[in-house]
Amino acid sequence: MTAYILAQQLVNGVVLGAIYGLIAVGYTMVYGIMGMINFAHSEIYMLSAYLSTIVLAVLVYWGIQSPLVLILLTLGVAMSMTALYGWVIERLAYRPLRDAPRLAPLISAIGISLILQSYAVLTQGAKTKGIPTFIEGVTRFGDAVNNVQISNIQVLILIIALCSMVALNFIIQHTAFGQACRATQQDRGMAEILGINTDKVISLVFVIGSAMAAVAGLLVTMNYGSFDFNIGFVMGVKAFTAAVLGGIGSLTGAMLGGIILGVSESLFAGLVNSDYKDVFAFSLLVIFLIFRPSGLLGKPEVEKV
Amino acid sequence: MDKSFFSLQEVESSYGRLPVLHKVSLQVQQGEIVTLIGANGAGKTSLLMTIFGNPRATHGHIYWQGKDIAHLPTHHIAGLGIALVPEGRRIFPAMTVAENLAMGGRNSVYASVDLEKILEMFPRLKERFKQRAGTLSGGEQQMLAIGRALMSRPQLLLLDEPSLGLAPLIVKQLFEILEEIAKQGMTIFLVEQNANHALKLADRAYVLVNGQIELSGTGAELLDNPEVKRAYLGSL
Ligand SMILES: Nc1ncnc2c1ncn2[C@@H]1O[C@H](COP(=O)(O)OP(=O)(O)OP(=O)(O)O)[C@@H](O)[C@H]1O
Ligand SMILES: [Mg+2]
Repeated sequence: MTAYILAQQLVNGVVLGAIYGLIAVGYTMVYGIMGMINFAHSEIYMLSAYLSTIVLAVLVYWGIQSPLVLILLTLGVAMSMTALYGWVIERLAYRPLRDAPRLAPLISAIGISLILQSYAVLTQGAKTKGIPTFIEGVTRFGDAVNNVQISNIQVLILIIALCSMVALNFIIQHTAFGQACRATQQDRGMAEILGINTDKVISLVFVIGSAMAAVAGLLVTMNYGSFDFNIGFVMGVKAFTAAVLGGIGSLTGAMLGGIILGVSESLFAGLVNSDYKDVFAFSLLVIFLIFRPSGLLGKPEVEKV
Repeated sequence: MDKSFFSLQEVESSYGRLPVLHKVSLQVQQGEIVTLIGANGAGKTSLLMTIFGNPRATHGHIYWQGKDIAHLPTHHIAGLGIALVPEGRRIFPAMTVAENLAMGGRNSVYASVDLEKILEMFPRLKERFKQRAGTLSGGEQQMLAIGRALMSRPQLLLLDEPSLGLAPLIVKQLFEILEEIAKQGMTIFLVEQNANHALKLADRAYVLVNGQIELSGTGAELLDNPEVKRAYLGSL
């Protein structure tokens, strides 16, 4: 009996963790390159839920039926739109503060968060929105009483999340842009001396991070069906926790941290108490910040010199 | 306008309100080895960095092949054929030796040809090609910093105290390598505290004191100059 519950929570946890990971990479990439927590990142995720819903509605209105086509088109549009948001936010809110004291961009980030939330309320209303499920079906392992279920939507989430992560990892590790990105992260001034336009690199990091958040936004919306202008906050803290857990600045760390957080949170919810799962996640963040701020894969500060 | 290969004319720069260079003028002709010596804090590193626009020249001109480049963004300078081996090497520690070299040659069409030559010049780098650069020894990191700069096939190579912190034997090798690079036609502007080695290698030299050029002459002249002897060569 418990073994099945455990297995079921494990499945749910991995799916949840994949989503955390998708958002966590945005935090970790920006932190790695600018040493700044982009607190507005979770609001990009929130916006992408609205964007996805609007795009889905329009596509369905146009008579597109195939779920796969719907998802891919929505993904494409939502990713490009959030990428644009990310780009604009960096230009307006962070670039002018590049040489300001560290607190300034942080305050700017909080300001942007509030603006984006108000923007969502003003244009879309404060009520909870939702979309109907358009991918049905579950696979059961086990008998009628004791079983582990995995829904088709969960499978889809895992596949899309995995593909996005693999693609991102490839870009960072094996392309000229990825190389420029890592160089900028390690020594921005030297990267400039070698001819890298680091402002452009930073812009692209925001674009990519935002696009990844859009992937998460669509997946969550498909999975849970409903959302409001407030979803960014909790998700933001969770994803940030995932990034810290894995070691902020590390891409693999963010993905790993996401899975670890998702699984442990699900297990906690299934085995201990589901009302306190958020408290559990936040406690984990606090504990890591106190005892191991460099996270699991994070490099000790010395290496940044 | 200035017809020389590379020159600074009355360049001033500052960190915030703190001035660091005062009307610095100097020139480097094609094929020359020119060295700049000066005490700690004289502004040698600042001078090289000002060439790259960080800090930016607040006054004066930096001429490169007839054009004033003092106002170009930092990332445009490398593309003009000027490369820097910076103070403290500043290699990318988490990247491999291969990647560090690739960073130097990212805009060069000769990157693969030059890579072969550079690995021949620095066999240690070849042995450690796939290793993370942060794990290299100080001497190896210096070779990597030089190799990285050469990867862009520059016309002017700027070096900031490349011998700093290296064992005497490695320093000797380093100067042999610089001589070899110069023989192949490279123009070199070398900042050094190791005045003895540097002045022997150099065609011409400048002495920087408190952000101002105090003395200049051929390497041999400055080697014989009593003031230079006293201040930079240790009284003999
Ligand atoms: N980033 C900076 N911000 C403020 N002041 C600086 C900065 N870099 C250097 N300085 C100051 O400018 C002056 C010149 O420094 P610089 O590093 O150019 O000297 P240097 O001749 O290269 O010395 P060394 O031989 O020790 O390398 C020093 O007084 C130094 O404190
Ligand atoms: Mg210096």
